[in-house]
Amino acid sequence: MEPVISIRPLLAVAIAGLAALSVLLLNKREKLRDHVSPLAAIAMFAIVASMAPTVLAGGTVELRLFEILPGIDFAFRVDALGMVFATVSSLLWIVAAVYSIGYMRHLHEHAQTRFFACFATSLAAAVGGAFAANLFTLVIFYEVLSLVTYPLVYHHEDEEGWKGSRKYLVYLMGASKSVLLAALALTYAIAGSLDFVPGGLLAGANASAALLTVVYFCYLFGFAKAAVMPMHAWLPAAMVAPTPVSALLHAVAVVKMGVFCVLRVVFHVFGAGLVGGLGLGIATAYLVSFTILMASVYALTRDDLKARLAYSTVSQLSYVVLGAVLLSPVAMVGGIIHIAAHAFSKITLFFCAGSIYCASGKRNISDMAGIGRRLPWTMGAFFVASLSMIGVPPTAGFVSKWYLTLGSVQAGEIAFLIVLLASSVLNAAYFLPVSYVAFFGAEAQESPAAVREIPLVTIPLVATAILSVLMGVFPGYFLALAEGVVR
Amino acid sequence: MGFPLLSLIIFTPAAGAAVLMFLRSDDAVRWTALVVTVLDLVFSIVLLAGFDTTTHEMQFTETVPWVPALGITYALGVDGISALFVFLTALLSWISVLASWVAIERKLKAFMASLLAMQALMLGVFSSLDLFLFYVFWEAMLIPMYLIIGVWGGEGRVYAAFKFFLYTLAGSLLFLVGVIALYFHGGETFDILALTAQDLPFGVQSWLFFAFLIAFAVKVPMVPVHTWLPDAHVQAPTAGSIILAGVLLKMGAYGFLRFSLPMLPEASVYFSPLMLALSALAIVYGGLLALAQDDLKKLVAYSSISHMGFVTMGIFALNIRGLEGGILQMFNHGVTTGALFLFVGLIYERTHTRSIADYGGLMKVAPVYTVFLALFTLSSMALPGTNSFVGELLVLSGGFAANLAVGAAAVLGATLGAAYLLGMYRRVALGPPSVGARFKIRDVNAREMVAILPLAVFVLWVGLYPKPFLDIIDASVTHLLTQVHGRENGQ
Repeated sequence: MEPVISIRPLLAVAIAGLAALSVLLLNKREKLRDHVSPLAAIAMFAIVASMAPTVLAGGTVELRLFEILPGIDFAFRVDALGMVFATVSSLLWIVAAVYSIGYMRHLHEHAQTRFFACFATSLAAAVGGAFAANLFTLVIFYEVLSLVTYPLVYHHEDEEGWKGSRKYLVYLMGASKSVLLAALALTYAIAGSLDFVPGGLLAGANASAALLTVVYFCYLFGFAKAAVMPMHAWLPAAMVAPTPVSALLHAVAVVKMGVFCVLRVVFHVFGAGLVGGLGLGIATAYLVSFTILMASVYALTRDDLKARLAYSTVSQLSYVVLGAVLLSPVAMVGGIIHIAAHAFSKITLFFCAGSIYCASGKRNISDMAGIGRRLPWTMGAFFVASLSMIGVPPTAGFVSKWYLTLGSVQAGEIAFLIVLLASSVLNAAYFLPVSYVAFFGAEAQESPAAVREIPLVTIPLVATAILSVLMGVFPGYFLALAEGVVR
Repeated sequence: MGFPLLSLIIFTPAAGAAVLMFLRSDDAVRWTALVVTVLDLVFSIVLLAGFDTTTHEMQFTETVPWVPALGITYALGVDGISALFVFLTALLSWISVLASWVAIERKLKAFMASLLAMQALMLGVFSSLDLFLFYVFWEAMLIPMYLIIGVWGGEGRVYAAFKFFLYTLAGSLLFLVGVIALYFHGGETFDILALTAQDLPFGVQSWLFFAFLIAFAVKVPMVPVHTWLPDAHVQAPTAGSIILAGVLLKMGAYGFLRFSLPMLPEASVYFSPLMLALSALAIVYGGLLALAQDDLKKLVAYSSISHMGFVTMGIFALNIRGLEGGILQMFNHGVTTGALFLFVGLIYERTHTRSIADYGGLMKVAPVYTVFLALFTLSSMALPGTNSFVGELLVLSGGFAANLAVGAAAVLGATLGAAYLLGMYRRVALGPPSVGARFKIRDVNAREMVAILPLAVFVLWVGLYPKPFLDIIDASVTHLLTQVHGRENGQ
């Protein structure tokens, strides 16, 4: 099928960039400024959606801007995998933009202009990465995303904020300026190009197995945003950020960019054939299985709700990677759609944590006894999203886990089936008590009567909870895209 | 012979320096120097516009017999490599004048004259096609630079200037020995192109290679002959640092490209592992030294050692990516490190301290300054999307192709770069604004902005569309490679 040449990929990136610029220019006019982000989000989603029919039909939308070096262009190509990521990001930006306004206004946060400008730029980076046609373009957006989220992480500018954000940047930049840089240079030296090729750029490359193995692991750990252990510590450290930022990090952009990059490398740089041929699939599967289980155990021990959610993310991201490296078509589909399933559910959970904090100032789970009676919508949504994380039908998480388990059976790897099931039990063990305590725990005496839902905060989280269920009932769109990637 | 554009480019600043002598007021001196340097920049753009990128042949050549008895001629010409550096020199000279606008408080006239003389000589080095002429320009450069550091420098200026002079002179003397040896072995001519065509025996090549190596290594500078650099930089006035880092350090690498590689190909190939190892050492050692600095200017100075290691590594990878990357990094380093020294100067003018520990929270008091500082810091650490990344990617992929271990060491250097640059930026720009309380800081003004903006443009231009720059050097680099490998294969 002939690629469609269109300016729309660039437009989607530009609209978020322009939004950031407008936010900066409207610094003094808060009311007007706060309208920019939601409007830009809707426009971006519309642009992304307008390309969906082409991609669903098996086509691509392309825009080649200019040549950087021989074999390297600055170029966009919208394919099925990019579409999964871009749909999730642009859709969730709409709700996150509304939620941010509610959250920031309610808490009278400082530096809101910087906040919204960086937020919008990070969306430009996320969608730019999703649509990147090669590693060079992808890495540019990847790094922009690291940089513009840094001020969001240190937002509070207190001791804790500086410390957490430092760890954030050290991990992400450290990984990308060391092993990722080496991987890029080696790939360029070996293949003479950095393009994404269906079936793998390096498939059939003239290089030793040992060197290719090194390059592969350089990518896996270099894309530290995927948080494969031991490159995960930045994620819990980054929870010092305001909650909307956590949502951005955990659902909309950052970690999704990480696993997206890993999938790109597995599918379009190495190709499933080469990954399997070198025996890297199983090796990676064991590595991420360790991450899945270990992170869940960490999550169990955390009383701070956001910390528990952060470790849960570390664990869930490795599901995506696991699906890809099992190399069976069904497991790959499961891994890909888990990007969306996890995003919808995890953003709900973080929104809830923020809602609780806004309404009551509480962060620790042990202090949340009985809060479900004060915040029924919030804790109801939390419960729904928890079910999705555990993988209970009819939620989104069920669909992706179903494909993952089926895929590990198809791949003949029963060990990973056990990992998935054990992890689900662990998910239940650290999520369900939160809901239980919130609804059935005895409320502490001194709890102020003023704890109640904040509309601008609650509406988005209910919306994302509904999305989590909707995707469980109607997974067709994401399944079709994922099958398009695997085909 | 057409219009002598190169002579015009060289002698415009020289004439400007002479004119300055007759001026009375400081303002007249400033404006005259500015007009002269801008004019020269325009000429260099005309040069690039008329440059034919399809050939490696020397262009804009001029030949006038000078000392016929010894075969010395006044011969000028540029290929892609030198054309790029003629432009870089003109670009940075103009910015140096702006950087000295108010920073130089005494003997302004003499300072500007030295600056213009320096510019003329540097342009001469890049355009010479006669070895004797080259040597004259090369040596004469020492004098204005010595004055710039020794007269207008900081408190330790005399020591620093003397050290700079001694190191460079020691190297230059060996270079002179090499030049004379080359003259006699190469058929008693100083014509660089004729010398390049000579086929010297390997033994002669080896000796000459080491004579040249020491001369050029001091200029680059490569570890272990780098110790003059931090002293010179810390003491030099801002304009001196910009010229030193931006252009003077390129001279050494340019020497390798113009003399060692084409004239001594077999020796270059034979000794390339040594050169790669020295480059890797410079990259890592320079990075470690930069990491340990509290003085902002020293940090940038040591980072230069590390970055120039990337340049020599690219050159001695002796493949197309390495060479093009190395040359592009020379240009990038000129732009980026020139800008960083400019920024160090701007903040020093305001606070009279260079200790990073004294800064903090500049973002709150001088937002424009910190935004541009961020751009150049990120460029220096070769963030994807900036100029240095393109060069670094080329150098690394060339380096990896030449030797995996050397490539890995260079990557380690890149990691160190991220560490000391990001750490520096965080301590200077972010955090609580302790600086606002202690110093009166104003943000950049219009004149400073004029100096900053062109450099910022090049950071993004080369980062996102390096093709025009690579096109300029491409034919010359390809030809250089055939000179190196062709003759080696021919044996």
